[in-house]
Amino acid sequence: MDSGVYITLRDVVFSRSGRRIFDGVSLDIPRGKITAIMGPSGTGKTTLLRLIGGQLKPDSGEILVAGESVPKLKRKALYTLREKMGMLFQSGALFTDLSVFENVAFPLRVHTSLPDDMIRDIVLMKLEAVGLRGARRLMPAELSGGMTRRVALARSIALDPELIMYDEPFAGQDPIAMGVLVKLIRDLNLSMGLTSVLVSHDVPESLSICHYACIIADGQVIGEGTPDELRQHSSERVQQFLQGQPDGPVPFHYPAADIGSDWGLGGGSA
Amino acid sequence: MAQRTTEIVTGLFIIAGLAALVFLALQVSGLSPKSDTDTYTLYANFNDVGGIAPRGKVAMAGVTVGSVRSVTLDRETLQARVELAIDAEVDNIPADSAAVIRTSGLLGEQYIDISIGGDMESLQPGDRFYSTQSAMNLERLITNFASGK
Amino acid sequence: MMDNIAALGRLGLDVIATVGRAGRFLTGVLVGVPRPSVGFPLLVRQLYSVGVLSLAIIVVSGLFIGMVLGLQGYTILSDYGSEAAIGQMIALTLVRELGPVVTALLFAGRAGSALTAEIGLMKATEQLSSMEMMGVDPLRRVIAPRLWAGFIALPILAAIFSMVGIWGGMLVGVEWLGVFEGSFWGNMQASVSFTEDVLNGVFKTVVFGFVCSWIAVFQGYDCVPTSAGISSATTKTVVYSSLAVLGLDFVLTAVMFGDF
Ligand SMILES: Nc1ncnc2c1ncn2[C@@H]1O[C@H](COP(=O)(O)OP(=O)(O)O)[C@@H](O)[C@H]1O
Ligand SMILES: [Mg+2]
Repeated sequence: MDSGVYITLRDVVFSRSGRRIFDGVSLDIPRGKITAIMGPSGTGKTTLLRLIGGQLKPDSGEILVAGESVPKLKRKALYTLREKMGMLFQSGALFTDLSVFENVAFPLRVHTSLPDDMIRDIVLMKLEAVGLRGARRLMPAELSGGMTRRVALARSIALDPELIMYDEPFAGQDPIAMGVLVKLIRDLNLSMGLTSVLVSHDVPESLSICHYACIIADGQVIGEGTPDELRQHSSERVQQFLQGQPDGPVPFHYPAADIGSDWGLGGGSA
Repeated sequence: MAQRTTEIVTGLFIIAGLAALVFLALQVSGLSPKSDTDTYTLYANFNDVGGIAPRGKVAMAGVTVGSVRSVTLDRETLQARVELAIDAEVDNIPADSAAVIRTSGLLGEQYIDISIGGDMESLQPGDRFYSTQSAMNLERLITNFASGK
Repeated sequence: MMDNIAALGRLGLDVIATVGRAGRFLTGVLVGVPRPSVGFPLLVRQLYSVGVLSLAIIVVSGLFIGMVLGLQGYTILSDYGSEAAIGQMIALTLVRELGPVVTALLFAGRAGSALTAEIGLMKATEQLSSMEMMGVDPLRRVIAPRLWAGFIALPILAAIFSMVGIWGGMLVGVEWLGVFEGSFWGNMQASVSFTEDVLNGVFKTVVFGFVCSWIAVFQGYDCVPTSAGISSATTKTVVYSSLAVLGLDFVLTAVMFGDF
């Protein structure tokens, strides 16, 4: 295995409720770089992150994280491996019954036996990194969407992970909040050498910060490479996605029967 | 709320629960700490025990002095054999006393009344009442009366 | 016709699968008790919200039910001139039946539904997932303290319910309707047995506490993570808990008090 690769996916097949979501996906995610995974909504980007985190198991294929095969890990080993991962959920997923401070302190309190004043220092440092040291006494319900994500980001880096996965960090953010998040993701990668996986359908923002990107559609990787390579990519489907054309090789419609049959025109049963 | 306050209130809650249980034990079921240990056993055979069942009351001059422990059939005499647990303090029941099944009120519960004899000797643990009087069976009484016996 | 039979079969399989999931879920919750220093504060917190906060409704309901028993019992018993047996009637009804059952029903409505909604919402907002990704097992961290708290709280609440109910009955019977206090307590003490009535009642509440809490946390954990899913899971908690309590009460009563 290449020491520069942190996560490897080989021929991953995964289906849900009888629908095949990944049909042989292979992907290498380099260590210490920002990798963007892009694709239309509903292609399974979140699912891919959950597969990497071991919350879901593939039907077949291999998933290696830091050299360990995630689907084969025993419960305990899996939980140990997860301490090296941070994940920023789409909604932030802050614990609503804990204050901002306690949210960030949570992983530290669970996984370390550091004294209180040290935990306090670390938490304030992490909150400072996302610019929210002053908000430490607020409850999650008092935060805006952008602040919620920044607190969640502080929480996912509390244990200084090796890997951080961002699930749609830009979705539904105003331009300023988006700019703040872009800067944060880049800074974290630079200062801590974090391997970062960025899942998004916001093409310009993602391409502006990633070192490496791949596009998933229809359960397969349809294009990968550096941002520049992608922009020059010959595939029509890749170009359709990057330029945001409504219809093309990547279908606008969720797979469905012939429209006539749904309106009862085709002579078939309704 | 601060963790400390929560802890204290929860502690009070648990103590209240235990207190309620103690209340149910002492005040409601009349369980007293000395109950089972200091009783002694007497036996009484009846032709008909009627509604006497385990836990039934045993009284003397209207005062509860013990309880029925078990009711079984004596295979030899084909009588009901009742085992009584009598309070140890009541250790001077005259030996010729009789065990009588009575009813409290007209429709009330049946209990065993010890009608006191005049003997100087007392019944000893394990002894049997020499004379007993069975339950008054209202139905049989009426049948007997009707058929003129 | 065939369609109906097939649908019935599918329903049966769904039910069995749910029971299987609930069983596996329970093992996941019960194995691996967290360190006492971590688990104890979590348990206390949940005991507070599940137990202490249910106290008001339990005390008020217990008081009223005891008072109603006093009134009704007096009306019926005084026809036979045996109103002195009112204490016995109130105590036996409460300790054997109404205490455990009504407390469990109120508990399912007050605390069980809250547990389901809370856990369901934690699932819908990905709090449980994010905990898992932080290397913390939500079954142990979130679910286990709630399950244990319900299990511990219900017997306590039921004992308090019975006590308050008996006190309420005495208020009506003795203070108001003038039953002689000595015979009120005397009759009660002569007929209520600690082992057969009180302890059997406590055993019932232990069973109900376990079943109600299990249903509540499982419905929350297993719900479809949407608003509609959470609301249907909450309803299911109340309905299933109530049915389970009443059904189990019949079975337990038959086993405990059936043979004499
Ligand atoms: N719990 C689930 N059960 C069944 N299907 C699901 C579930 N979650 C997601 N899916 C399906 O998996 C597909 C991928 O979902 P997701 O990974 O959330 O997409 P993305 O994050 O790319 O928008 C969707 O088409 C969705 O229909
Ligand atoms: Mg998604």
